[in-house]
Amino acid sequence: MAVNTISSETQEYLRDEDAFKRNLRSRHFRGRLWRRFFQLALVAAFLALIALFFNILNSALGYVVEDYAINPITLAANGDLGALPEEELVMILVENRANRLPVYVRDYLYAGDPAVFTTLPLSALLSNTVLPAGTADLTIRELSVEQQAELLLNNIGQPQLIAIVEEQVIEPTILQTWSLTASLFERDQIEAEFQENYAAQGATLFFKSWINLDFLTSPMSSNPAAAGARTAILGTLYVVIVTIFIAFPIGVGAAIYLEEYTSGSQNSRTARINRLIETNIRNLAGVPSIIYGLLGLAIFVRALSPVTGGRTIISAALTMALLILPVIIINAQEAIRAVPSSLREASYGLGATRWQTIYKVVLPSALPGILTGTILGMSRAIGETAPLIIIGASTFILFDPTGLQSKFTVLPILIYNWTSRPQDEYRVAAAAGIIVLLILLLILNATAIILRQRARRSLTA
Amino acid sequence: MSAAKAARQTTGAYAIELHNVNVFYGEKLAVKDVSLNIQRQKITAFIGPSGCGKSTVLRSINRMNDLIGGARVTGEVVYNGENLYASNIDAVEVRRRIGMVFQKANPFPKSIYDNVAYGPRLLGVRGKKQLDEIVERSLKGSFLWDEVKNDLKKSGLALSGGQQQRLCIARTIAIEPDTILMDEPCSALDPIATQAIEELMRELVKKYTIVIVTHNMQQAQRVADMTAFFSIRKEALEGGKDRRWGVLVEYAHTPQIFESPQFEETERYIGGEFG
Repeated sequence: MAVNTISSETQEYLRDEDAFKRNLRSRHFRGRLWRRFFQLALVAAFLALIALFFNILNSALGYVVEDYAINPITLAANGDLGALPEEELVMILVENRANRLPVYVRDYLYAGDPAVFTTLPLSALLSNTVLPAGTADLTIRELSVEQQAELLLNNIGQPQLIAIVEEQVIEPTILQTWSLTASLFERDQIEAEFQENYAAQGATLFFKSWINLDFLTSPMSSNPAAAGARTAILGTLYVVIVTIFIAFPIGVGAAIYLEEYTSGSQNSRTARINRLIETNIRNLAGVPSIIYGLLGLAIFVRALSPVTGGRTIISAALTMALLILPVIIINAQEAIRAVPSSLREASYGLGATRWQTIYKVVLPSALPGILTGTILGMSRAIGETAPLIIIGASTFILFDPTGLQSKFTVLPILIYNWTSRPQDEYRVAAAAGIIVLLILLLILNATAIILRQRARRSLTA
Repeated sequence: MSAAKAARQTTGAYAIELHNVNVFYGEKLAVKDVSLNIQRQKITAFIGPSGCGKSTVLRSINRMNDLIGGARVTGEVVYNGENLYASNIDAVEVRRRIGMVFQKANPFPKSIYDNVAYGPRLLGVRGKKQLDEIVERSLKGSFLWDEVKNDLKKSGLALSGGQQQRLCIARTIAIEPDTILMDEPCSALDPIATQAIEELMRELVKKYTIVIVTHNMQQAQRVADMTAFFSIRKEALEGGKDRRWGVLVEYAHTPQIFESPQFEETERYIGGEFG
């Protein structure tokens, strides 16, 4: 046997206790070295994450100096507009911005073509609106200020009136911002600077969290102090959800076909085509997203514009769906492949058809893995900016998306847009936008993860 | 399968007849020219060394080989008077009549109840009462009922290896096949669990035809009425490689195979000289 033919030299080595001990020490040492390396890798990743969060939070919170055209304290007790009845809010508008009242009617009550707003009678412009007595046949310009005020009072609710007063009368402007670290550690200096530069003109200094309810619920604005992310949040939700609804069934369907119907085929032509398709899908996963944007622009925005309506949510969702399809297909394929073939055999052995086997055995077992791929795809869809810029998502939009064919913007574009503005305050608002984006990502992913856990539990419990 | 033909044939002595069956994987011949008749309501054991094609033959009986890409069967497998490989036969129907239990217990990651109800549900049984009845009868039929009747909602994967295999048997008999193929059903089990399965087989054979592949010759001796011994033939190719295929060497009553085999090869295998 082979043992007997080992050379005496080799046998010597095997018996050498000292050599073994020395060797063992160095083996353990190498192991410890690798372990240290893995540990450092984790620490590095963790530090990078901390730095990211710190950087964002540092901008999103801090002292600001805000000035008003008219100080709210002069309008309401403690500056609390919410305590004022609607009549007083309208009075404030009449007193301060009488000549702008038709503009508010147009912005808040009128949905049609702005070009004809001043020329047609009110009855033709405003259908579901309570008009002041005897004004139905007049154009907006022919109304007295009192009648215009009555029109606003009768038809606009208090929250919107407050928004108009804040934006048009109080006109808050941010004069300076400080970072969170400065706010925490250099308070005296900030205080002194404020007294020296701004106190005289009646501005106020206060600690502002840029993430607040107003930020989440206000539309975009050309005034950074009043700017909000609502339209972008809704746009992102719309686009991502529609994207998933398109990409999930198509991606999973393609994966099922590749794995369950064509793979393992001995027919060399089918096998070759299969391999070709798979290679291409894997390559597509690495294509820069901007190229998908160009594709979406050519197909969905231009060629299919009668169906999609051009630069709309559905065009964006279709483009994003194309972008994340490879991710979903690849992950679903892996998940389906990981289902033990013994389970398929058991099902077939009991007289199941192929579809029954797929539906009752393969898919339930693969679902957690499929959902993992969907989570990855969804995260990518939330964060992608380039393709949406290419297909022409709006950078400034005041309206909420209302349907698949409405114009839209999304958070990454809002952030990109804000960071490229010259005003410092927008950069701070952008930091707040990033936090909103991260939280949204977390919520959507958590939902998918909960679904995945549920699917997994049903397999083991 | 036409009802008249099936009725005529069920009275025949043989449940399944294999006529000159060859199995190919792609271009490669795996089993050559197997002919044997499997008797109704008896246990037939396939024994032989690894690679002799006994599992391949077993899987050709209920067309499980169809699932392997490139597998091809020539010759005839006659069941109830019809060739199962005729073009008008649906493999799904074949597998519904000829059930299978696998080497490694493979319960679905579902509850015990859902495991057993899987087959009946495939066939369209929906009524809760009906399913309850089937589940209870099948689990009793596989001697598992007393151990699991209080936690039918528990996952089938939570059972021990032997229990899992009995669950798989319960799952198979839930659709009332008339033949059960068992591919080394005890090879992953301890002796006590093996004994339980063997007892179960002796019980099941009163109602079903059973074909079992086993590596364990004592097992074949203990449970089988008939035994088929398969072996390997090889042919040298250029470059030191060879081509191997399986053949049926001898098929007879179990005592005859083990006590007075006709072929020297059988004797040598049973004597433990190769395998």
